[in-house]
Amino acid sequence: MNLEKEVSIVLGGAAGQGIQTIEESLTKILKLSGYNVFATKEYMSRVRGGINTTEIVISSEKKRSFLKRIDLLVTFKKGVLNHLKDRISDKTIILGEKENIDEEFLDNKNIIDIPIQEISKNIGNTLFSNTVGSGIILGIFDCDLELFNKYLEDKFSKKGEEIVNKNLEAAKEGYLLGKKILKDSNFKINLEKNGKLKDEIILSGTEAVALGAAKAGCNFVSFYPMTPSTGVSTFLAGHSKDLGIIVEQVEDEISAINMAIGSWYAGARGLVTTSGGGFSLMCEAVSLSGMTETPVVVYLAQRPGPSTGLPTRTAQADLELALYSGHGEFPRIIYSPGKIEEAYEISQIAFNMADKYQIPVFILSDEYLADTFYNLSDDELKTVKKENHVVKTDFDYKRYQLSENPISERGIPGFGEGIVLVCGNEHDEFGDITEDVDLINKMTKKRNKKLDLIKKEAIAPEFIGNEDYKNLIVSWGTTYYPVKDALEKLNLKDTALLHFSQVYPISDSAEKYLKKAEKIINIELNYSGQLGRLLKREFGTEMNDSILKYDGRAFSVEELTEKIEKVLMG
Amino acid sequence: MEKNPFQRTEKIDISWCPGCGNFAIKASLSNALSKLKLNPQNVAIVSGIGQAGKMPHYITVNGFHTLHGRAIPAATAVKTTNPELTVIAEGGDGDMYAEGGNHLIHAIRRNPNITVLIHNNQIYGLTKGQASPTTLVSTKTPTQPWGVFEEPLNSIALAISLNASFVARTFSGNIEKTEEIIIEAINHKGLSIVDIFHPCPSFNKVNTLQWYKEHTYYLEGHDVTDRKKAFEKSLETDKYPLGIFYTCEKPVFEDVVPPYISEKTPIWKREPNLEKIEEIMNSKRT
Ligand SMILES: Cc1ncc(C[n+]2csc(CCOP(=O)(O)OP(=O)(O)O)c2C)c(N)n1
Ligand code: SF4
Repeated sequence: MNLEKEVSIVLGGAAGQGIQTIEESLTKILKLSGYNVFATKEYMSRVRGGINTTEIVISSEKKRSFLKRIDLLVTFKKGVLNHLKDRISDKTIILGEKENIDEEFLDNKNIIDIPIQEISKNIGNTLFSNTVGSGIILGIFDCDLELFNKYLEDKFSKKGEEIVNKNLEAAKEGYLLGKKILKDSNFKINLEKNGKLKDEIILSGTEAVALGAAKAGCNFVSFYPMTPSTGVSTFLAGHSKDLGIIVEQVEDEISAINMAIGSWYAGARGLVTTSGGGFSLMCEAVSLSGMTETPVVVYLAQRPGPSTGLPTRTAQADLELALYSGHGEFPRIIYSPGKIEEAYEISQIAFNMADKYQIPVFILSDEYLADTFYNLSDDELKTVKKENHVVKTDFDYKRYQLSENPISERGIPGFGEGIVLVCGNEHDEFGDITEDVDLINKMTKKRNKKLDLIKKEAIAPEFIGNEDYKNLIVSWGTTYYPVKDALEKLNLKDTALLHFSQVYPISDSAEKYLKKAEKIINIELNYSGQLGRLLKREFGTEMNDSILKYDGRAFSVEELTEKIEKVLMG
Repeated sequence: MEKNPFQRTEKIDISWCPGCGNFAIKASLSNALSKLKLNPQNVAIVSGIGQAGKMPHYITVNGFHTLHGRAIPAATAVKTTNPELTVIAEGGDGDMYAEGGNHLIHAIRRNPNITVLIHNNQIYGLTKGQASPTTLVSTKTPTQPWGVFEEPLNSIALAISLNASFVARTFSGNIEKTEEIIIEAINHKGLSIVDIFHPCPSFNKVNTLQWYKEHTYYLEGHDVTDRKKAFEKSLETDKYPLGIFYTCEKPVFEDVVPPYISEKTPIWKREPNLEKIEEIMNSKRT
């Protein structure tokens, strides 16, 4: 058996067994050794037990999609193989101890016994299993053991010399076993290494959003914990002091968003992080942002609902919630970054646009992107210039001054001679409550007219494929790489892709692509095809077919390849 | 007399009913701010919804008229973003105790240096006379025609039980005392709660101006640092004591949040720390 170009390794075990630790160390060392890495996990909503798995794809060229296929499977617990049975083929090489193999698989010829427990017990404690396990993989892939040693020294130096030494021993034993496995077994690994990757950055979707926000000058974060959004707040809380960012866990989501809006009123750049259920509670304040023309940025990491649904799984089912959230009519922007590099860039743009247009701006992500990470070159991580739209006020300043331009200059209290009066009731130019018909009309127009300007700045959808297409696939957000990779595999001359990283307002440039297609197929992780519905609303185009999935699991390349083919045939 | 910069001089349309206690509260508040020699540009009133919530429109001051019950979170953020501002959160009893009750509790725990003024007319004014959390038992209203069953919230006892850092109650009818208490509240470092009884002649026929005069008295010789005594006083309802019940010194939120520990520049004035961000990025290479 030859493992070429890209190898998919899946590690499975119980929550609390340290799969995450292995994921972290392996991706780092594999990258430092010259491989591209991609990792994504699926896990249960529990702290101990259950079955969690992590897929690590190692490749010579950058591969950034979830693969259903498993080339190497490492099991740390009985039940893992059953859990993954749909993904195991007769080519899957299974590494594990007998006690961790489910009965149905006992006579599988591809099982290689790896006595992790025994090795770690001999070293002194089963705690070293993780290190042994990582060592085995690193051995198989001919990585540099020295790099792993250094990693372990850094990681455990605080715990004392003995712990460091035992881990080094565990690493070596595992590493040698890995080498031996490769020599004795009937599979070969044929992956090119690239020394240049050493310097690349590994980021998760979560970290990319957090760092992008920080770069854009986000300095106030208020949140109430909710998976899978919490990571962004956790990350920024960890850097609160050195980055000068106030990060406060508050009593509820209602407080969180009202604080964030309050922070913008006073001149900060506030962010809230949340997921569907929490965002439901925030909707009223989205409307406050709309009426008072006070910006706010909402990082909404989707997971399946309704209600508390599936806390740790993924979905794209809150597009319409974000789109219609808040009562009354007012503009908003909804970004849906599809890639980690884009998440970094878009979270910078989001703050500039919120500031410029004085509106709520959404970064619509999901569990899949939040929990995925891969290596990136510096070129891929784009910096966006921080814009500053706050003005110093004059004595006769009017917060809602009417003019040709629907954007009135935004002052903040204590900066200039003016008084800044902001009001959630309908108001006059100064900010006082009004019921005057003329003013009501003018103010309503002023707020809503901004949408025309915003539209001009909308991120155009990415078109991939032959200009002479008949079929057009449309997708949005985090399905980007799996859809793209599936289409690449299929290599169809008459089918192209139109992918949206901004789902509202939609750039006018989308129209020509949609109108030209004979057949449009939307691919979404939801039941009802929300983007399809939005495209119909905006451009009158009907979806001719849909590929929808709503079981809380991400699309894999193989699954999409199969489904796209089927839809195009039928 | 010196000119009061907080008085709005242009013609404004005040929507409070004739004879309403809100007018007296406005007088006390603007006098207090003026006596404190504050500059309207450096004061922000963040209000909720209700007749009381309209205050920022009736005096010259920065204002944010937010949502029902949400003045406190927004005010906390304003203060934290710019600690150089004097920040007041203002609203009615429905606003602060019903819709915003959770925020009040947690603001006491968080202890930002803001002043919370609660116009307590023991009824909902703006929505026309429904019971509020402080309406007395048996009071009949259009929505409680059989008389209110629920026991009124004792916000003073609640605040003291949570060790709030400044707890007071006053009566709008006594403009000078109210003004004095507001001055003390603003001068106090930490969260200050001032519950202000005031008549609502339109909808509260029980707690009238006369009723408040007869059923309240100002505390004298009370030791505001004695929490037990303060709590005891807070339980009195016949008559209701007025004045400062309790104060204590506690760490203030915007002093202890990490960005302010060693650096006092308000965060709104700071630029992102690009070097540190670069450093974090670089740590992701190895
Ligand atoms: C979320 C929400 N619910 C209900 C209302 C309607 N509402 C407006 S003011 C108010 C209560 C007013 O009472 P209070 O806070 O005591 O203020 P007052 O008018 O007496 O000064 C209510 C329920 C609202 N504006 N928002
Ligand atoms: S309804 Fe009551 S509280 Fe409101 S303004 Fe009228 S009298 Fe005052």
